[in-house]
Amino acid sequence: MEGFWKPHRVVMAAVGLGLVALAVIYGRWDWLANPKYQLLLVKGIWLSIWLTVVTMAVGMVLAIPIGLAQAVGPWYLAAPARVFCTVIRGTPLLMQIWLLYYGLGSLFPGTWVQKSELWPILRQAWPYAVVALSLSVAGYEGEVMRGAFKSVPHGQLEAGKAMGIPRFTLFRRIWLPQALQRVLPTIGGETVLQLKSTPLLSTITIMETYAVAGRIRQDTFIIYEPLLLLALIYMCLTGLIVLLFRWFEAQTPSRTA
Amino acid sequence: MACPPVSQLSSFELLGLGECGWGDTLLLGLGNSILIALGAYALGFGIGVAGAFGKLYGGPVTKDLAAVYTTLVRAVPELVLILILYYAVPGLVNEVLVAMGRETIVLPQFLTGVVVLAFVQGAYQTEVLRGAILAVPHGQIEAARAMGMSPFLVARRIIFPLMTANAVPGLGNLWLNATKDTALLAVIGFAELTKATYQASATTKAFFTFYPAAMALYLVISLVSIYGFGRIEKWARRGQRDVRG
Repeated sequence: MEGFWKPHRVVMAAVGLGLVALAVIYGRWDWLANPKYQLLLVKGIWLSIWLTVVTMAVGMVLAIPIGLAQAVGPWYLAAPARVFCTVIRGTPLLMQIWLLYYGLGSLFPGTWVQKSELWPILRQAWPYAVVALSLSVAGYEGEVMRGAFKSVPHGQLEAGKAMGIPRFTLFRRIWLPQALQRVLPTIGGETVLQLKSTPLLSTITIMETYAVAGRIRQDTFIIYEPLLLLALIYMCLTGLIVLLFRWFEAQTPSRTA
Repeated sequence: MACPPVSQLSSFELLGLGECGWGDTLLLGLGNSILIALGAYALGFGIGVAGAFGKLYGGPVTKDLAAVYTTLVRAVPELVLILILYYAVPGLVNEVLVAMGRETIVLPQFLTGVVVLAFVQGAYQTEVLRGAILAVPHGQIEAARAMGMSPFLVARRIIFPLMTANAVPGLGNLWLNATKDTALLAVIGFAELTKATYQASATTKAFFTFYPAAMALYLVISLVSIYGFGRIEKWARRGQRDVRG
């Protein structure tokens, strides 16, 4: 931290603190004391985190075969994978979410699905949310993984083959770990982007942080304060993700300086 | 002309122009989306150039302010920023107008949308352009300074031509983001392509006609843009040695 507190930074920090103090003193924050809103906020933040983590995990699991198919697969696997990535990356996520929720969701009532055991789940919004966000991750990360698989030095795989390592073990122990290690910083950035796309789910009735703030604004007629708190919450969550990935990256031994 | 019930119309009739179809609604939305994306991208490019030069060559205060701007914008979801700015920008403009003794105005939604998206784009473009400028060999800039060129001339004659090739891939990605981010304005009720699709499909229940059609339109924009930026990069890299060998 030596050298950070130069005179102009002290002034800027003071101005920043002053702005925060102004917002705290002159803004209306009484709604924060309401236990109903506190509970909603905590639940909303938890849901935002849960959705980010689950969809990143599911999406990455899908992205690995998609990336592999594009990198080394035969054309009948590579072509559909490329089309999938292009469609996902070429259309807005909001539209994908609405297509799944309104479109797919409208097909089920009146069919066998409505009578099946799955209906209590499928009539809620979260399955569509999880599927839409996971497919989005799969599309973007599939492209990232394609590059990652290709960037692992060929000698590593040849050495493994020469040692008589079976193909799947070779993939699991040598190819995948090295590919993942290379894209860890990219995946960190994508996780932040994923967190920032969760507010789109508020449009399909998912009560995550953004939707909670919208609800508070509707109930109390306060325009700015919930939005400022919202921005603050997302900044904290982003910071958390960045720190987490910095820690991840420190865990993997790397000789590249 | 009375239209037959929606259930009797085929997908082609629904997508067609004229009274019974929604084609003109979609095309109008597409036009709005492209106009907003173009406006936001151009304005964002201005912000990006200023931000990048500020970050690299500005004084200590300018540097820190630019850093705060890019960090904040990139850490907060676009939707939240759009909502904050959507209420803040007209409010600020009107306060200035009142302070100047004029009457308040209602800002056109289109203009607000462009300004809001440009503010977001600017932060990302700042980072892309900063990286591109940093990749310009330092000796070139030193040589230009040694020849007595003014900072403005160095920027125009040396930095801009040399950084273009480095900046084009990143700027291309940001243009694709800009076209897709226009969809976010649907949430605040602006009639761009996504909103038009929502309205058309909600009225007719023909979800699997309108969503794929609109997605195809977005996809066409993306593919044409990717091709266009590929051409621009090729042009910007003319005369450079091919490192692939």
